[in-house]
Amino acid sequence: MPIVTHSDGRQGWQRRDTKARMLRWFGWLIGVAAFVWCWNRISETTTWFFVWDAPRIAGDILGRATPPRWSYIDKLWWPIWDTLNIATLGTIGALIMAVPVAFMAARNTTPSRLFVRPLALLIIVATRSINSLIWALLLIAIIGPGVFAGVVAIAIRSIGFCAKLLYEAIEEIDHTQVEAITATGASRWQVMAYGIVPQVMPAFAGISVFRWDINIRESTVLGLVGAGGIGLQLSASLNTLAWPQVSLILLVILLAVGISEWVSAKVRGAII
Amino acid sequence: MSTATLDACIGRRWRKPPMIRRAWLRWGLSIGAVVYLVAAISSIEVNWARVYEGLDRGAAFIASFARPDFISRWGGIWEGMVESVVMTVASTVVGIAISVPIGLGAARNIAPLPVYLICRGIVALSRALQEIIVAILLVAIFGFGPLAGFLTLSFATIGFLSKLLAEDIESMDKSQAEAVRATGSRWWQWINYGVQPQVMPRLIGLSMYRLDINFRESAILGLVGAGGIGATLNTAFDRYEFDTAAAILLLIIGTVMMLEYLSGIIRAQVQ
Amino acid sequence: MLRLEKLTKTYRTGDMALKAVDLEIPQGQVLALIGPSGAGKSTLIRCINRLVEPTSGKVWLGDVELTHLGAAALRRERRRMGMIFQEYALVERLTVMENVLSGRLGYVGFWRSFTRRFPQTDVDEAFRLLDRVGLLEMADKRADELSGGQRQRVGICRALIQNPALLLVDEPTASLDPKTSRQIMRLICELCAERGLAAIINIHDVALAQMFVQRVIGLRLGAVEFDGPPDALSPDVLTTIYGEEDWQATIRKVEDEEEEALA
Repeated sequence: MPIVTHSDGRQGWQRRDTKARMLRWFGWLIGVAAFVWCWNRISETTTWFFVWDAPRIAGDILGRATPPRWSYIDKLWWPIWDTLNIATLGTIGALIMAVPVAFMAARNTTPSRLFVRPLALLIIVATRSINSLIWALLLIAIIGPGVFAGVVAIAIRSIGFCAKLLYEAIEEIDHTQVEAITATGASRWQVMAYGIVPQVMPAFAGISVFRWDINIRESTVLGLVGAGGIGLQLSASLNTLAWPQVSLILLVILLAVGISEWVSAKVRGAII
Repeated sequence: MSTATLDACIGRRWRKPPMIRRAWLRWGLSIGAVVYLVAAISSIEVNWARVYEGLDRGAAFIASFARPDFISRWGGIWEGMVESVVMTVASTVVGIAISVPIGLGAARNIAPLPVYLICRGIVALSRALQEIIVAILLVAIFGFGPLAGFLTLSFATIGFLSKLLAEDIESMDKSQAEAVRATGSRWWQWINYGVQPQVMPRLIGLSMYRLDINFRESAILGLVGAGGIGATLNTAFDRYEFDTAAAILLLIIGTVMMLEYLSGIIRAQVQ
Repeated sequence: MLRLEKLTKTYRTGDMALKAVDLEIPQGQVLALIGPSGAGKSTLIRCINRLVEPTSGKVWLGDVELTHLGAAALRRERRRMGMIFQEYALVERLTVMENVLSGRLGYVGFWRSFTRRFPQTDVDEAFRLLDRVGLLEMADKRADELSGGQRQRVGICRALIQNPALLLVDEPTASLDPKTSRQIMRLICELCAERGLAAIINIHDVALAQMFVQRVIGLRLGAVEFDGPPDALSPDVLTTIYGEEDWQATIRKVEDEEEEALA
């Protein structure tokens, strides 16, 4: 009851009744307590001396990092090319694997809701939950360091992302178009090619470009664990405390991210 | 075939009109794509002998998912998971608290131009920098430990939430907001009654989604010393302790699934 | 030509959409199926080509019984039944020509259809049909560039290129304006007459049905309430099908408008 009676008999309006208010209040209490506890744990493990010293250190690093060592760019062309390849080939590989997974996961195209669909959903959730850096770590342990491990890591990480968006698009298609193709006596695969594929094509193109953009970002750091690309140079420069090189690499990464975002926005604009 | 007649069409072969009409552009693009692919693939050096050797280890790793080892390094796993969760929760709360004002400031329809430009600048910076790079810099500045991770995730949350919140506010229903403004309300009242109800459900949904992302990201920050389960995982891989690694990965996947399920429930509640 | 025996459909929710419908349609007869929304008209049509699986009963097309056919045999029989839809159901991102040719999918192998290399006879037939409905120039346009009436003509071509013996037509005019509706109905009926096709036309507009068809079936709650020539549709009959309403204004009022529309 949002109408409450005060102790002196007046009636007033309140947004929520007493029980709901108590629940909300209790929820807030738990939330705040949880946050305070988390904060305490963080501050326990923090050496506060370093934190108070941080502005000075930050200033120091900034001083050392400027100006960037422009001549170092000569050694970066090849890593930039590798980074681009990791992102692009990884995205292509992911799409090739994501398409069948998406069709198996969509309720309206899955061959079997009982067995195949849960399996497809499991693939999606497992590949999505694990960051590409972890995939890279794992692949380096298995197939050795290098660009190839990076490509595979990006590909695996992207399967879940692409397949999830794609299967949602498949579930949203106009069913009567599919019905119309079925009614002509078309086979299962023909229904797929004529009734479903044309409808999900724009979504597919959008997803590919979107993921490619994300993958450019991710592939810039894969080198930190040894999976090729510009991250290798970043990690080497950090280890030798060569701050002018670090700042140049960061500038290059920012530029690459900016360009890829611009390209992806352009392409998506052209499709829609 | 603008002035087509039936006689002209009968007997003629039919082909689907190409997507790109200008022939030189079509051919240029396809040849360019092929050349790029060939160049890209050939520039990757794959040591197939090494890959072949690795297959055994790969099989061993997949097999280890069947018998994950939670026990022998349980102490490290537990510490790492708790630290990851702590970083996730704290950074999401702080991130939301900071992104709401920045999101308001980055919406062109409610913020004055100078505020808008500053807020958009912060958003762009936060989005352009990879979490892991931010973490490296913050570790260098603040030292090892979860504080750097917490700050990294908070910073990343700002870029994500503020941008989406601002876009949401920009695309909201104008007439509702105008109706509240027409009652003579102050700016804060206007935001509270005209804007907040429209964007609140989505903000809650996005926050839950970001909680999920922050947890996933917290799992890798340990690689650069910014706290969380990543350090334990890294050690497990370095020592080829696939059983322990599998256990950690299963825990991560389980937590992410749980968070997704939870956020599904919460989103259904608020809408 | 088409015979339904005790055709019954019960949905999983327990709704009886069709209650043992018996119906026989001879070669070349155009039949209108009328009835209120939810009477089971769409279900009836979809049970014939098994887009909806009937619960029990039999469907005879010629001397083939459809309800027991396996997947491959069903596809073969579906080729003999062209279907036209309410919202046109064209694949909007394909060209008009591809939409028409998709009517031949049941005759063409997967790879030929996938690479769009249909036999020349099919392509010629598609051009002839497009010319017949006056859309020859639109062949390479994308389906979503067309107007409602044009789309429905493409839908008709797609059904006819199957070389069917029977047309199943589901609310062909429901999303069209009155004039276009009449043109489309006339086109369907003319084409049926030209080719000697039988047709079941599922339609809301009683007056429009009366103008064009030889026989009317009234469906109510999944059962046949009326079966007779269009002239026999009296206000009493319409009341049993649709419920109480003033029907005088509905019946045959279009007759005199006919000349204006043509003029």
